[in-house]
Amino acid sequence: MSKQNEKWGSRVGLILAMAGNAVGLGNFLRFPAQAVANGGGAFIIPYLVCFLLMGIPLLWIEWSMGRFGGKFGNHSTPFILDSMDKRRFWKYFGVFGIFTNIAVAAYYCYIESWTLSYVFHSIAGTFDGKTMTEVSAFFFKYLDVSRSTTGIPYEAVVFYIICLIINTYILSRGLKGVESAAKIGIPMLLIFGAFLAVRGLTLGTSGASPEFPDANALDGLNFLWTPQYDSLSNPKVWLAAAGQIFFTLSVGMGTVHCYAAYLREKDDVALNAVSAGFTNEFVEVVLGGAIVIPIAAGYFGVDWLTQPGNSGFGLAFQSMPFLFEKWGPIFSMLAGLFWFGLLFFAGITSSLAMGTPLMGFLQDEFNVKRNKAAITFGLIVLIMGLPTVLLYTLRANGSVNLVAFGEYDYWAGTVSLVVFAMAETILFAWIFGMKKGWAEINSGADLKVPIIYRYIIKYITPVMLIIVFLGALITPLGNDWIGAFNSLTAGNGWPLDNESLINMLRLNGLNEEIKNTTDVDTLAILKQNRTYSYIARALLIGLFTGISWLVFIAYRKRQHSELNAN
Amino acid sequence: MNTDALIIMISAQVIITSCMVYFFIRVIKTPPPKDDNE
Repeated sequence: MSKQNEKWGSRVGLILAMAGNAVGLGNFLRFPAQAVANGGGAFIIPYLVCFLLMGIPLLWIEWSMGRFGGKFGNHSTPFILDSMDKRRFWKYFGVFGIFTNIAVAAYYCYIESWTLSYVFHSIAGTFDGKTMTEVSAFFFKYLDVSRSTTGIPYEAVVFYIICLIINTYILSRGLKGVESAAKIGIPMLLIFGAFLAVRGLTLGTSGASPEFPDANALDGLNFLWTPQYDSLSNPKVWLAAAGQIFFTLSVGMGTVHCYAAYLREKDDVALNAVSAGFTNEFVEVVLGGAIVIPIAAGYFGVDWLTQPGNSGFGLAFQSMPFLFEKWGPIFSMLAGLFWFGLLFFAGITSSLAMGTPLMGFLQDEFNVKRNKAAITFGLIVLIMGLPTVLLYTLRANGSVNLVAFGEYDYWAGTVSLVVFAMAETILFAWIFGMKKGWAEINSGADLKVPIIYRYIIKYITPVMLIIVFLGALITPLGNDWIGAFNSLTAGNGWPLDNESLINMLRLNGLNEEIKNTTDVDTLAILKQNRTYSYIARALLIGLFTGISWLVFIAYRKRQHSELNAN
Repeated sequence: MNTDALIIMISAQVIITSCMVYFFIRVIKTPPPKDDNE
């Protein structure tokens, strides 16, 4: 293996890069939607409890593991895990820490490219004078790459490739490039976010129109924040909070380990980790909770927001550009630039983090130069990513079903993270051992870590992760946990939802649809979806196998080197 | 905006912002560890 001497340039740069890794589109789109669906303002209680009992411990675990592996010259999870326990199994489990990043980067860069494209369209005035339906339809026209929205052939592919080139270029500059991107991206994101949040909080009824006379931004804030305390007794709400904390912090990916592996031996992890964690929480709760819902309610009213499909990506890309049009020609351009620029910076600071584990692995084990490692990452992501752009079908209502994208998001962006986080917590707390683990967290610490966390990390965090995993594995029908327990105790079995991992694996929902459809055209589309799903899964399995094979080769190389040295 | 919503929104924002600012100030005020080569 080769020795990398690259280190972080400054502490603030490192924290911003770590925060940038965590801050993503989910902070602005997923958090408000989760809060609204799970008790409104009361959601913040389980959310903060999960942050303290699962989020912060996981951050400390991953930062410590990364710095520990870095001491032995390991900058990716296969050999970081190996440095903690020599059993062969862990090296291959560490493959998740490279695999997940490539697979997620493949579709994440696609979302990032939408934001880049929408920045372009906001400046070019593409949405000027368009009706709500036209702005909404634009998004699907854009995703349907066989059509063109601006005359640029395969526009979505072009922007996707531009995005990959930007990522590859910054990565080729090494940690310095990542740090510079974070030092520019995060402050810009905060400025753009603050501008839009102030607008959201002060909009009031000024956005009401004859079409939506009851529109009021304050109703949006009430809708989001009014606490429904009875929801706290529902397990679904706690699972949703745990899931949100887990995904918002980008833990279980291998990126935190990789970034922390470039720390110096005496550097602090305890204070850095909580600083990065709270920066992410600030963006999510303070900014994310004050932009999308109040602005949308300020123009459309709360009734519109409660209709299916009017949240998440739909709201971000289909409704917001139309709302901004109402701010006048200059402000609409600025708002579009700020909103999509904010999402772009949130995205790129995360996708850059996804590039570093593979680069670290190639540099450590195969002596690949930084530039070539960055280009290799870019090319692999392109190969894995093009199916997410091209394997889609059109629904009857004209919307686009990104089939491969969905498969990647579920298996790599959801399941793999939970599985890896569960395993790493058990490794850290039970195999590496809390005695050594606690010493690692406290080594060089600029913060006195409360002793209670020694027990939280050992007992509570793993149990919470196992609960999150089981919650996904056996999600009951309609997410009705109480109903499912009643059904089980009454001897009627556990009714599985089609969103449960078990049924997702079997493509149960899709197969049921195929079985129940008689229309020939619809049936053909559904069968095409199934084929695309299989292709996406085959690609993911191929990727995982390929990385495992590289880890095997690297392991053999290390064994040979050790033998020769003796 | 109703009082319950206002209280919980402001509480959440104040707690999270205070924690972020507090930890960031500690980061900035803490001198970096001495390098082995120094």
